Amino acid sequence: MTVIDKVAPEGSKAGERTSPRPTFRHKLSRWDVKVSPYLYVAPFFIVFGIVGLFPLLYTAYVSMFDWKAGDDNPEFIGFDNFKELFADSQFWNALANTVSIFLLSSIPQLVIAVLLAALLGARLRGATGWRVGILLPYAASLVAIGIIFANLFGPKYGLINGVLQTIGLDPIDWQASRFGSHVAIAIMVNWRWTGYNALIVLAAMQAIPKELHEAALIDGAGMWRRFTAVTLPLLKPTLIFVTITSTIGGLQIFTEPKLFDAMPGSNNGGSTNQFQTVTLYLYQSAFENYNLGYASAIAWVLFVIIVLIALVNFFLTGRLARTPAVKKK
Amino acid sequence: MTTLQSRIRNADIRKSVATLGKPRKATYIVLAIFVLGSLFPFYWSFLVASRDNGMLTERIPPFVPGGNFFANAARVFDTVPFWKALANSVIVSGTVTLTTVLFSSLAGFAFAKLRFKGRNGMFVFIVVTLAVPTQLGIIPLFIAMSELGWAGGLQSVIVPNLVTAFGVFWMRQYTVDALPYELIEAARVDGCSMIRIFWNVCLPAVRPAAAILAMFTFMTSWNDFLWPLVVLDAGNPTVQVALEKLQSGYYVDYSLVLAGTTLATIPILIVFVLLGRQIVAGIMQGAVKG
Repeated sequence: MTVIDKVAPEGSKAGERTSPRPTFRHKLSRWDVKVSPYLYVAPFFIVFGIVGLFPLLYTAYVSMFDWKAGDDNPEFIGFDNFKELFADSQFWNALANTVSIFLLSSIPQLVIAVLLAALLGARLRGATGWRVGILLPYAASLVAIGIIFANLFGPKYGLINGVLQTIGLDPIDWQASRFGSHVAIAIMVNWRWTGYNALIVLAAMQAIPKELHEAALIDGAGMWRRFTAVTLPLLKPTLIFVTITSTIGGLQIFTEPKLFDAMPGSNNGGSTNQFQTVTLYLYQSAFENYNLGYASAIAWVLFVIIVLIALVNFFLTGRLARTPAVKKK
Repeated sequence: MTTLQSRIRNADIRKSVATLGKPRKATYIVLAIFVLGSLFPFYWSFLVASRDNGMLTERIPPFVPGGNFFANAARVFDTVPFWKALANSVIVSGTVTLTTVLFSSLAGFAFAKLRFKGRNGMFVFIVVTLAVPTQLGIIPLFIAMSELGWAGGLQSVIVPNLVTAFGVFWMRQYTVDALPYELIEAARVDGCSMIRIFWNVCLPAVRPAAAILAMFTFMTSWNDFLWPLVVLDAGNPTVQVALEKLQSGYYVDYSLVLAGTTLATIPILIVFVLLGRQIVAGIMQGAVKG
């Protein structure tokens, strides 16, 4: 590149077409045009090859072995890891927990984000200030938030239980109860992502042509009717997009359940795995039990689930793409 | 009667065409509740960090900070190598941000403005990889890092994040509109090489998008947890790994741990307060760009 860099600026603009034989400089410049694009996109493909594609294939390979960390001669066992996995109640439990936490987080999150976006869409004084304010949780580190929420939801001295008792309710053991722990983790997720999603929805709302609202108004539609008949249908692609991204994120949830544990550092997801998620189980299998083959099988099953959902995403957004195109953040 | 009705309706139209509805007091109250809710966990962690653990046993805890914050913060530095963690996080996030912005703008430039065989196919491929969760590859990546002897070193955290599919996608989308072909042609007629066109023509034109990408990359990298936890050890952690180590003793000293979380959050909070407007604009722009 440096060679071209030095030579090319001197290349004359005239003469390129008229010169009968291509000069060395001319050839260099043609070579530059042809080859440069590949060099520019190469870093991504190299990095993706190393950290995306290779691991994916190698995970499939490792999943066929009884592969313990540090083992020199892992034994090939075919699909036994998968067979074992499908018969493993802890895996199904983790999958159920993951789906449960995901549903508890994404549904309220979506509803609140849309309503919040509607509020933010009004002509507010200090509009940017409000937007920055609700986005603040997005900046927080997941680890810090995990620790802070574990403290707030503490069974004995946690602030939340303190408030519940003060208003005359029974305290809840947020860590020991299955449903309670799912709710607490979902609240953590929602706290972080609702404002972010509200901004994405707000952007889509602002892209809706004013004339549509005007027309609906003239037809006599009230505010609620316009919201359900104009705004919501036009938001559909955005809502699907937000749903799918939060699904992919939700299926991989790790930090929150790891830090929520009453026994810090544990990967059990609670004493009876009541809030262990799939990724937490994967981490436990690989880096606590050193069973890399089994963990790889978990990784692949999770990957297939995510791909299926991504395909559904692709299909749905493709069908709904006629309305204002909304792309990934 | 009709005139009154139509007058009401006209006012109604004017009101709601301008916005989705004129903000009322209730709007501000609801938003204020949300903002307070956003701030509260940060404030709470500072509250505990500035007092001692006795506070947590009180049924109705005090709501003003105490005077122990610096003492607790000092204990953080005694318990884990926090200076080192901070330095590591700055090195990792800084490097990753620089390379991601550079490589993403380069690739974005190529995809948006240069013609080459396989361009569309490659770009579709990149968009598809957005859906591939990289964290599922942690096991082979961990094996590879161990083989290379990189495990425990900062390069094991930096190299996998040198450039991202999102960065390439983002820069390509922006470059398409921001850089007219005429500029590139003029530069070529003047004899510029491709890399010079990128550096002197493209990069200045896409600077706003590059700045937004830089902020997002820095924040994501600073807050990254799973992979550093897997590959780094307690002696050479990033901030997030150090925080987790603070918490995972048999007895959790919350004043200590939350002093740590406060310390770790301050840098990113400063970035956010200074650049919040741009971050918001970036998210909203990213959401509607075609």
